[in-house]
Amino acid sequence: MIALLVRDLRLAVRAGGGFGLGLGFFLILVVLVPLGVGPDPAVLGVIAPGILWVGALLASLLSLDRLFALDHEDGSLDLLATSPIPMEAVVAVKALAHWLTTGVPLVLAAPVLAILLNLPGPAYGTLVLSLGLGTPALSMIGAFGAALVVGLKRGGLLMSLLVLPLYVPTLVFGAQAVARAAQDLAPDTPLLLLAGITAGSVGLLPFAAAFALRINLR
Amino acid sequence: MELRVTNLACARGGVPLIAGLSFAVTGGEALVLRGPNGSGKTTLLRTLAGLQPALSGEISCPPEQMAYAAHADGLKSTLTVTENLGFWAAIHGQGGVSEAMAAMNLTELAERQAQNLSAGQKRRLGLARLLVTGRWLWVLDEPTVSLDADSVALFGAVVRAHLATGGAALLATHIDLGLPEARVLDLAPYKAAVTALPAGFDEAFL
Repeated sequence: MIALLVRDLRLAVRAGGGFGLGLGFFLILVVLVPLGVGPDPAVLGVIAPGILWVGALLASLLSLDRLFALDHEDGSLDLLATSPIPMEAVVAVKALAHWLTTGVPLVLAAPVLAILLNLPGPAYGTLVLSLGLGTPALSMIGAFGAALVVGLKRGGLLMSLLVLPLYVPTLVFGAQAVARAAQDLAPDTPLLLLAGITAGSVGLLPFAAAFALRINLR
Repeated sequence: MELRVTNLACARGGVPLIAGLSFAVTGGEALVLRGPNGSGKTTLLRTLAGLQPALSGEISCPPEQMAYAAHADGLKSTLTVTENLGFWAAIHGQGGVSEAMAAMNLTELAERQAQNLSAGQKRRLGLARLLVTGRWLWVLDEPTVSLDADSVALFGAVVRAHLATGGAALLATHIDLGLPEARVLDLAPYKAAVTALPAGFDEAFL
Protein backbone atom coordinates (compact mmCIF):
# COMPACT_ATOMS: atom_id res chain seq x y z
CA MET A 1 0.00 0.00 0.00
CA ILE A 2 2.95 2.30 0.68
CA ALA A 3 4.13 1.46 -2.84
CA LEU A 4 0.81 2.73 -4.22
CA LEU A 5 1.05 5.93 -2.17
CA VAL A 6 4.63 6.53 -3.31
CA ARG A 7 3.65 5.88 -6.92
CA ASP A 8 0.71 8.30 -6.81
CA LEU A 9 2.78 11.03 -5.13
CA ARG A 10 5.56 10.51 -7.68
CA LEU A 11 3.08 10.68 -10.57
CA ALA A 12 1.59 13.87 -9.14
CA VAL A 13 4.90 15.74 -9.01
CA ARG A 14 6.16 14.51 -12.41
CA ALA A 15 5.33 16.47 -15.55
CA GLY A 16 1.60 16.55 -16.27
CA GLY A 17 0.71 15.14 -12.87
CA GLY A 18 -1.38 18.13 -11.87
CA PHE A 19 0.30 18.78 -8.54
CA GLY A 20 0.01 22.57 -8.82
CA LEU A 21 -3.43 22.57 -10.45
CA GLY A 22 -5.56 22.96 -7.32
CA LEU A 23 -3.18 25.37 -5.69
CA GLY A 24 -2.99 27.50 -8.84
CA PHE A 25 -6.77 27.64 -9.10
CA PHE A 26 -7.05 28.63 -5.42
CA LEU A 27 -4.46 31.37 -5.88
CA ILE A 28 -6.19 32.76 -8.99
CA LEU A 29 -9.62 32.77 -7.31
CA VAL A 30 -8.43 34.52 -4.16
CA VAL A 31 -6.48 37.11 -6.13
CA LEU A 32 -9.39 37.84 -8.49
CA VAL A 33 -12.15 38.17 -5.87
CA PRO A 34 -10.89 41.48 -4.39
CA LEU A 35 -10.55 42.84 -7.93
CA GLY A 36 -14.14 41.89 -8.69
CA VAL A 37 -15.75 42.82 -5.38
CA GLY A 38 -13.81 46.03 -4.83
CA PRO A 39 -11.15 47.00 -2.32
CA ASP A 40 -13.41 47.76 0.69
CA PRO A 41 -11.68 45.93 3.61
CA ALA A 42 -14.91 45.57 5.62
CA VAL A 43 -16.75 43.83 2.78
CA LEU A 44 -13.78 41.57 2.04
CA GLY A 45 -13.43 40.62 5.71
CA VAL A 46 -17.07 39.51 5.80
CA ILE A 47 -16.93 37.35 2.67
CA ALA A 48 -13.40 36.01 3.26
CA PRO A 49 -14.34 32.80 5.13
CA GLY A 50 -16.83 31.78 2.48
CA ILE A 51 -14.56 32.64 -0.45
CA LEU A 52 -11.62 30.75 1.05
CA TRP A 53 -13.70 27.65 1.70
CA VAL A 54 -15.46 27.71 -1.69
CA GLY A 55 -12.07 28.20 -3.33
CA ALA A 56 -10.55 25.27 -1.46
CA LEU A 57 -13.56 23.07 -2.30
CA LEU A 58 -13.49 23.84 -6.03
CA ALA A 59 -9.70 23.52 -6.17
CA SER A 60 -9.99 20.11 -4.57
CA LEU A 61 -12.74 19.09 -7.01
CA LEU A 62 -10.70 20.19 -10.02
CA SER A 63 -8.19 17.35 -9.90
CA LEU A 64 -10.54 14.64 -8.66
CA ASP A 65 -12.16 13.43 -11.88
CA ARG A 66 -8.85 11.93 -13.05
CA LEU A 67 -8.29 10.06 -9.77
CA PHE A 68 -9.42 6.67 -11.08
CA ALA A 69 -9.98 7.55 -14.74
CA LEU A 70 -6.25 7.58 -15.56
CA ASP A 71 -5.71 4.19 -13.91
CA HIS A 72 -8.74 2.86 -15.75
CA GLU A 73 -7.53 4.08 -19.14
CA ASP A 74 -4.05 2.57 -18.92
CA GLY A 75 -5.36 -0.70 -17.51
CA SER A 76 -3.70 -0.46 -14.11
CA LEU A 77 -7.06 -0.37 -12.31
CA ASP A 78 -7.85 -3.86 -13.65
CA LEU A 79 -4.44 -5.04 -12.52
CA LEU A 80 -4.84 -3.42 -9.10
CA ALA A 81 -8.20 -5.15 -8.77
CA THR A 82 -6.49 -8.51 -9.31
CA SER A 83 -3.60 -7.64 -6.97
CA PRO A 84 -3.39 -8.74 -3.32
CA ILE A 85 -4.40 -5.26 -2.11
CA PRO A 86 -8.11 -4.95 -1.33
CA MET A 87 -10.00 -2.41 -3.42
CA GLU A 88 -11.01 -0.53 -0.27
CA ALA A 89 -7.35 0.07 0.53
CA VAL A 90 -6.67 1.17 -3.05
CA VAL A 91 -9.44 3.79 -2.72
CA ALA A 92 -8.26 4.97 0.69
CA VAL A 93 -4.62 5.23 -0.40
CA LYS A 94 -5.48 7.08 -3.60
CA ALA A 95 -7.67 9.51 -1.64
CA LEU A 96 -4.82 10.01 0.83
CA ALA A 97 -2.41 10.72 -2.04
CA HIS A 98 -4.92 13.22 -3.45
CA TRP A 99 -5.19 14.92 -0.07
CA LEU A 100 -1.41 15.11 0.34
CA THR A 101 -0.95 16.65 -3.11
CA THR A 102 -4.01 18.93 -3.12
CA GLY A 103 -5.46 19.33 0.38
CA VAL A 104 -2.25 19.93 2.33
CA PRO A 105 -0.91 22.63 -0.04
CA LEU A 106 -4.31 24.38 0.20
CA VAL A 107 -4.21 24.29 4.01
CA LEU A 108 -0.70 25.73 4.02
CA ALA A 109 -1.45 28.41 1.42
CA ALA A 110 -4.79 29.51 2.88
CA PRO A 111 -3.46 31.74 5.73
CA VAL A 112 -1.14 33.56 3.31
CA LEU A 113 -3.91 34.13 0.77
CA ALA A 114 -6.35 35.11 3.54
CA ILE A 115 -4.34 38.32 3.97
CA LEU A 116 -5.43 39.33 0.47
CA LEU A 117 -9.06 39.00 1.59
CA ASN A 118 -8.50 40.90 4.87
CA LEU A 119 -9.61 37.97 7.02
CA PRO A 120 -9.95 39.24 10.64
CA GLY A 121 -6.95 38.36 12.85
CA PRO A 122 -8.51 35.87 15.29
CA ALA A 123 -9.75 33.63 12.46
CA TYR A 124 -6.39 32.54 11.04
CA GLY A 125 -5.88 29.63 13.42
CA THR A 126 -9.45 28.43 12.87
CA LEU A 127 -9.03 28.75 9.09
CA VAL A 128 -6.03 26.40 9.10
CA LEU A 129 -7.69 24.05 11.58
CA SER A 130 -11.01 23.90 9.70
CA LEU A 131 -9.33 23.29 6.34
CA GLY A 132 -7.06 20.70 7.94
CA LEU A 133 -10.11 18.92 9.35
CA GLY A 134 -12.32 19.36 6.28
CA THR A 135 -10.09 18.76 3.25
CA PRO A 136 -9.66 15.00 3.96
CA ALA A 137 -13.45 14.71 3.69
CA LEU A 138 -13.35 16.61 0.37
CA SER A 139 -10.78 14.16 -1.02
CA MET A 140 -12.62 11.10 0.27
CA ILE A 141 -16.09 12.17 -0.92
CA GLY A 142 -14.55 13.14 -4.26
CA ALA A 143 -12.88 9.74 -4.55
CA PHE A 144 -16.30 8.15 -4.09
CA GLY A 145 -17.69 10.36 -6.87
CA ALA A 146 -14.75 9.52 -9.12
CA ALA A 147 -15.29 5.81 -8.46
CA LEU A 148 -18.95 6.11 -9.52
CA VAL A 149 -18.12 7.58 -12.94
CA VAL A 150 -14.86 5.74 -13.63
CA GLY A 151 -15.88 4.01 -16.85
CA LEU A 152 -17.52 7.03 -18.44
CA LYS A 153 -15.92 9.27 -21.00
CA ARG A 154 -15.98 12.87 -19.82
CA GLY A 155 -17.23 11.73 -16.42
CA GLY A 156 -16.02 14.95 -14.80
CA LEU A 157 -19.28 16.85 -15.28
CA LEU A 158 -21.41 14.05 -13.89
CA MET A 159 -19.00 13.61 -11.01
CA SER A 160 -19.23 17.30 -10.11
CA LEU A 161 -23.03 17.12 -10.11
CA LEU A 162 -22.96 13.99 -7.93
CA VAL A 163 -20.34 15.25 -5.53
CA LEU A 164 -21.34 18.89 -5.00
CA PRO A 165 -24.44 18.11 -2.89
CA LEU A 166 -22.31 15.80 -0.75
CA TYR A 167 -19.80 18.64 -0.30
CA VAL A 168 -22.43 21.03 1.07
CA PRO A 169 -22.26 20.03 4.79
CA THR A 170 -18.47 20.21 4.76
CA LEU A 171 -18.61 23.64 3.17
CA VAL A 172 -21.30 24.96 5.51
CA PHE A 173 -19.60 23.88 8.71
CA GLY A 174 -16.11 24.79 7.52
CA ALA A 175 -17.03 28.28 6.43
CA GLN A 176 -19.22 28.72 9.52
CA ALA A 177 -16.32 27.86 11.83
CA VAL A 178 -14.10 30.47 10.21
CA ALA A 179 -16.89 33.06 10.13
CA ARG A 180 -17.62 32.56 13.83
CA ALA A 181 -13.94 32.89 14.69
CA ALA A 182 -13.81 36.09 12.63
CA GLN A 183 -16.59 37.52 14.83
CA ASP A 184 -14.78 36.45 18.02
CA LEU A 185 -17.33 33.69 18.68
CA ALA A 186 -16.39 30.15 19.71
CA PRO A 187 -15.99 27.96 16.56
CA ASP A 188 -16.03 24.67 18.47
CA THR A 189 -19.41 23.31 17.38
CA PRO A 190 -18.93 23.61 13.61
CA LEU A 191 -15.37 22.32 13.97
CA LEU A 192 -16.60 19.25 15.83
CA LEU A 193 -19.27 18.62 13.19
CA LEU A 194 -16.61 19.03 10.50
CA ALA A 195 -14.40 16.47 12.25
CA GLY A 196 -17.41 14.15 12.44
CA ILE A 197 -18.03 14.45 8.68
CA THR A 198 -14.39 13.67 7.97
CA ALA A 199 -14.32 10.70 10.34
CA GLY A 200 -17.55 9.35 8.86
CA SER A 201 -16.50 9.73 5.24
CA VAL A 202 -13.01 8.31 5.79
CA GLY A 203 -14.52 5.37 7.67
CA LEU A 204 -17.39 4.51 5.34
CA LEU A 205 -16.77 5.82 1.84
CA PRO A 206 -13.80 3.56 0.93
CA PHE A 207 -16.21 0.61 1.12
CA ALA A 208 -18.85 2.35 -1.00
CA ALA A 209 -16.25 3.52 -3.53
CA ALA A 210 -14.66 0.06 -3.78
CA PHE A 211 -18.10 -1.42 -4.44
CA ALA A 212 -18.75 1.14 -7.18
CA LEU A 213 -15.34 0.43 -8.75
CA ARG A 214 -15.93 -3.31 -8.83
CA ILE A 215 -19.25 -2.79 -10.60
CA ASN A 216 -17.70 -0.38 -13.09
CA LEU A 217 -14.89 -2.81 -13.93
CA ARG A 218 -17.26 -5.54 -15.06
CA MET B 1 -2.11 -27.05 -8.36
CA GLU B 2 -4.95 -27.11 -10.79
CA LEU B 3 -7.51 -24.83 -12.33
CA ARG B 4 -10.72 -26.69 -13.01
CA VAL B 5 -13.58 -24.90 -14.75
CA THR B 6 -16.92 -26.65 -14.71
CA ASN B 7 -19.92 -25.80 -16.86
CA LEU B 8 -19.01 -22.11 -16.93
CA ALA B 9 -21.20 -19.48 -18.55
CA CYS B 10 -20.20 -15.85 -18.84
CA ALA B 11 -21.62 -12.71 -20.39
CA ARG B 12 -20.47 -9.33 -21.58
CA GLY B 13 -22.73 -6.31 -21.30
CA GLY B 14 -25.61 -8.59 -20.30
CA VAL B 15 -25.31 -10.77 -23.43
CA PRO B 16 -24.27 -14.39 -22.77
CA LEU B 17 -21.24 -15.32 -24.86
CA ILE B 18 -20.01 -18.63 -23.51
CA ALA B 19 -22.04 -21.47 -22.02
CA GLY B 20 -21.27 -24.97 -20.82
CA LEU B 21 -17.50 -24.56 -20.89
CA SER B 22 -15.45 -27.09 -18.92
CA PHE B 23 -11.69 -27.54 -18.95
CA ALA B 24 -8.75 -28.06 -16.60
CA VAL B 25 -5.21 -26.75 -16.48
CA THR B 26 -2.64 -28.25 -14.13
CA GLY B 27 0.82 -27.05 -13.14
CA GLY B 28 3.35 -27.29 -15.96
CA GLU B 29 0.68 -26.99 -18.64
CA ALA B 30 -0.18 -24.27 -21.12
CA LEU B 31 -3.62 -23.95 -22.66
CA VAL B 32 -4.17 -21.78 -25.72
CA LEU B 33 -7.66 -20.39 -26.27
CA ARG B 34 -8.73 -19.95 -29.87
CA GLY B 35 -11.85 -18.48 -31.31
CA PRO B 36 -12.99 -15.79 -33.74
CA ASN B 37 -13.25 -12.17 -32.64
CA GLY B 38 -16.13 -11.67 -30.28
CA SER B 39 -16.26 -15.32 -29.25
CA GLY B 40 -15.68 -14.36 -25.61
CA LYS B 41 -11.96 -14.98 -25.04
CA THR B 42 -11.43 -11.73 -23.15
CA THR B 43 -14.70 -12.16 -21.26
CA LEU B 44 -13.67 -15.65 -20.18
CA LEU B 45 -10.27 -14.45 -18.98
CA ARG B 46 -11.78 -11.49 -17.09
CA THR B 47 -14.25 -13.85 -15.45
CA LEU B 48 -11.45 -16.19 -14.38
CA ALA B 49 -9.43 -13.26 -13.03
CA GLY B 50 -12.38 -12.25 -10.86
CA LEU B 51 -13.07 -8.94 -12.60
CA GLN B 52 -16.61 -9.94 -13.45
CA PRO B 53 -18.93 -12.58 -12.05
CA ALA B 54 -19.73 -15.78 -13.93
CA LEU B 55 -23.37 -16.34 -14.91
CA SER B 56 -23.14 -19.93 -13.71
CA GLY B 57 -20.63 -22.70 -13.25
CA GLU B 58 -17.64 -23.19 -11.02
CA ILE B 59 -14.04 -22.05 -11.06
CA SER B 60 -11.91 -24.11 -8.70
CA CYS B 61 -9.06 -21.64 -8.35
CA PRO B 62 -9.49 -18.26 -6.58
CA PRO B 63 -8.42 -15.12 -8.52
CA GLU B 64 -5.71 -14.52 -5.89
CA GLN B 65 -3.64 -17.26 -7.53
CA MET B 66 -3.79 -15.78 -11.02
CA ALA B 67 -1.67 -13.12 -12.68
CA TYR B 68 -3.86 -11.39 -15.26
CA ALA B 69 -2.44 -9.49 -18.23
CA ALA B 70 -4.92 -7.58 -20.34
CA HIS B 71 -4.71 -5.70 -23.63
CA ALA B 72 -3.57 -2.63 -21.69
CA ASP B 73 -0.26 -2.93 -19.92
CA GLY B 74 -1.03 -0.78 -16.88
CA LEU B 75 2.08 1.36 -17.34
CA LYS B 76 2.51 4.91 -16.10
CA SER B 77 4.05 6.99 -18.86
CA THR B 78 6.06 9.31 -16.59
CA LEU B 79 7.62 6.50 -14.56
CA THR B 80 10.75 4.70 -15.72
CA VAL B 81 10.88 1.01 -16.61
CA THR B 82 12.42 0.19 -13.22
CA GLU B 83 9.83 2.27 -11.33
CA ASN B 84 6.91 0.70 -13.17
CA LEU B 85 8.13 -2.82 -12.56
CA GLY B 86 9.24 -2.05 -9.00
CA PHE B 87 5.74 -0.79 -8.21
CA TRP B 88 4.07 -4.04 -9.25
CA ALA B 89 6.74 -6.06 -7.45
CA ALA B 90 6.06 -4.10 -4.25
CA ILE B 91 2.29 -4.47 -4.66
CA HIS B 92 2.72 -8.24 -4.86
CA GLY B 93 5.33 -8.29 -2.11
CA GLN B 94 7.97 -9.78 -4.41
CA GLY B 95 11.50 -8.96 -5.49
CA GLY B 96 13.26 -10.00 -8.65
CA VAL B 97 12.82 -6.76 -10.62
CA SER B 98 16.25 -6.93 -12.28
CA GLU B 99 15.81 -10.63 -13.13
CA ALA B 100 12.43 -9.87 -14.72
CA MET B 101 13.96 -7.04 -16.75
CA ALA B 102 16.77 -9.30 -17.89
CA ALA B 103 14.31 -12.05 -18.87
CA MET B 104 12.33 -9.70 -21.10
CA ASN B 105 15.44 -7.95 -22.50
CA LEU B 106 14.67 -4.62 -20.81
CA THR B 107 17.87 -4.05 -18.85
CA GLU B 108 19.21 -1.48 -21.32
CA LEU B 109 15.96 0.50 -21.04
CA ALA B 110 15.89 0.47 -17.23
CA GLU B 111 16.04 4.24 -16.75
CA ARG B 112 13.87 5.19 -19.70
CA GLN B 113 10.40 6.61 -19.09
CA ALA B 114 7.57 4.40 -20.30
CA GLN B 115 6.27 7.18 -22.59
CA ASN B 116 9.52 6.96 -24.60
CA LEU B 117 9.23 3.23 -25.22
CA SER B 118 8.01 1.74 -28.48
CA ALA B 119 4.78 -0.26 -28.51
CA GLY B 120 6.67 -3.54 -28.48
CA GLN B 121 8.94 -2.41 -25.65
CA LYS B 122 5.89 -1.39 -23.60
CA ARG B 123 4.39 -4.80 -24.23
CA ARG B 124 7.59 -6.48 -23.03
CA LEU B 125 7.50 -4.37 -19.88
CA GLY B 126 3.84 -5.30 -19.36
CA LEU B 127 4.73 -8.98 -19.69
CA ALA B 128 7.76 -8.64 -17.38
CA ARG B 129 5.20 -7.70 -14.70
CA LEU B 130 4.02 -11.33 -14.70
CA LEU B 131 7.42 -12.41 -13.41
CA VAL B 132 7.18 -10.18 -10.33
CA THR B 133 3.68 -11.29 -9.31
CA GLY B 134 4.87 -14.62 -7.91
CA ARG B 135 1.61 -16.32 -8.99
CA TRP B 136 1.48 -19.77 -10.54
CA LEU B 137 -1.30 -19.31 -13.09
CA TRP B 138 -0.80 -16.72 -15.82
CA VAL B 139 -3.99 -15.56 -17.53
CA LEU B 140 -2.89 -13.76 -20.69
CA ASP B 141 -5.03 -11.89 -23.18
CA GLU B 142 -3.30 -11.57 -26.58
CA PRO B 143 0.16 -11.29 -24.98
CA THR B 144 2.08 -11.05 -28.26
CA VAL B 145 0.35 -8.00 -29.75
CA SER B 146 2.97 -5.63 -31.25
CA LEU B 147 5.89 -7.94 -30.39
CA ASP B 148 8.47 -8.70 -33.10
CA ALA B 149 9.46 -12.27 -33.96
CA ASP B 150 12.49 -12.27 -31.63
CA SER B 151 10.42 -10.96 -28.73
CA VAL B 152 7.72 -13.56 -29.34
CA ALA B 153 10.40 -16.25 -29.12
CA LEU B 154 11.80 -14.58 -25.98
CA PHE B 155 8.36 -14.54 -24.41
CA GLY B 156 7.77 -18.16 -25.44
CA ALA B 157 10.95 -19.06 -23.57
CA VAL B 158 9.80 -17.12 -20.50
CA VAL B 159 6.47 -18.97 -20.52
CA ARG B 160 8.27 -22.29 -20.89
CA ALA B 161 10.54 -21.44 -17.94
CA HIS B 162 7.43 -20.59 -15.92
CA LEU B 163 5.85 -23.94 -16.82
CA ALA B 164 9.06 -25.72 -15.86
CA THR B 165 8.77 -24.33 -12.32
CA GLY B 166 5.30 -25.84 -11.96
CA GLY B 167 3.38 -22.80 -13.19
CA ALA B 168 0.61 -22.82 -15.75
CA ALA B 169 -0.53 -20.44 -18.45
CA LEU B 170 -3.85 -19.76 -20.10
CA LEU B 171 -3.34 -17.77 -23.29
CA ALA B 172 -5.77 -16.23 -25.71
CA THR B 173 -3.67 -15.83 -28.83
CA HIS B 174 -3.67 -16.37 -32.57
CA ILE B 175 0.10 -16.43 -32.91
CA ASP B 176 2.27 -19.51 -32.56
CA LEU B 177 4.35 -18.92 -29.44
CA GLY B 178 6.74 -21.76 -30.13
CA LEU B 179 5.06 -23.88 -27.48
CA PRO B 180 4.26 -27.11 -29.35
CA GLU B 181 3.34 -28.80 -26.06
CA ALA B 182 0.51 -26.34 -25.41
CA ARG B 183 -3.00 -27.72 -25.73
CA VAL B 184 -5.47 -25.77 -27.82
CA LEU B 185 -9.05 -25.12 -26.77
CA ASP B 186 -11.41 -23.82 -29.42
CA LEU B 187 -14.18 -21.72 -27.90
CA ALA B 188 -16.47 -21.84 -30.94
CA PRO B 189 -18.46 -24.94 -29.79
CA TYR B 190 -19.26 -23.23 -26.50
CA LYS B 191 -20.98 -20.23 -28.00
CA ALA B 192 -24.03 -19.33 -25.98
CA ALA B 193 -27.39 -19.16 -27.65
CA VAL B 194 -28.64 -15.58 -27.64
CA THR B 195 -31.38 -15.50 -25.06
CA ALA B 196 -33.11 -12.96 -22.88
CA LEU B 197 -30.94 -11.16 -20.35
CA PRO B 198 -30.51 -13.72 -17.60
CA ALA B 199 -30.06 -11.40 -14.63
CA GLY B 200 -32.93 -9.16 -15.59
CA PHE B 201 -33.06 -5.85 -17.32
CA ASP B 202 -30.84 -4.03 -14.80
CA GLU B 203 -27.76 -6.08 -15.57
CA ALA B 204 -26.94 -4.04 -18.67
CA PHE B 205 -26.66 -0.94 -16.49
CA LEU B 206 -24.51 -2.39 -13.73
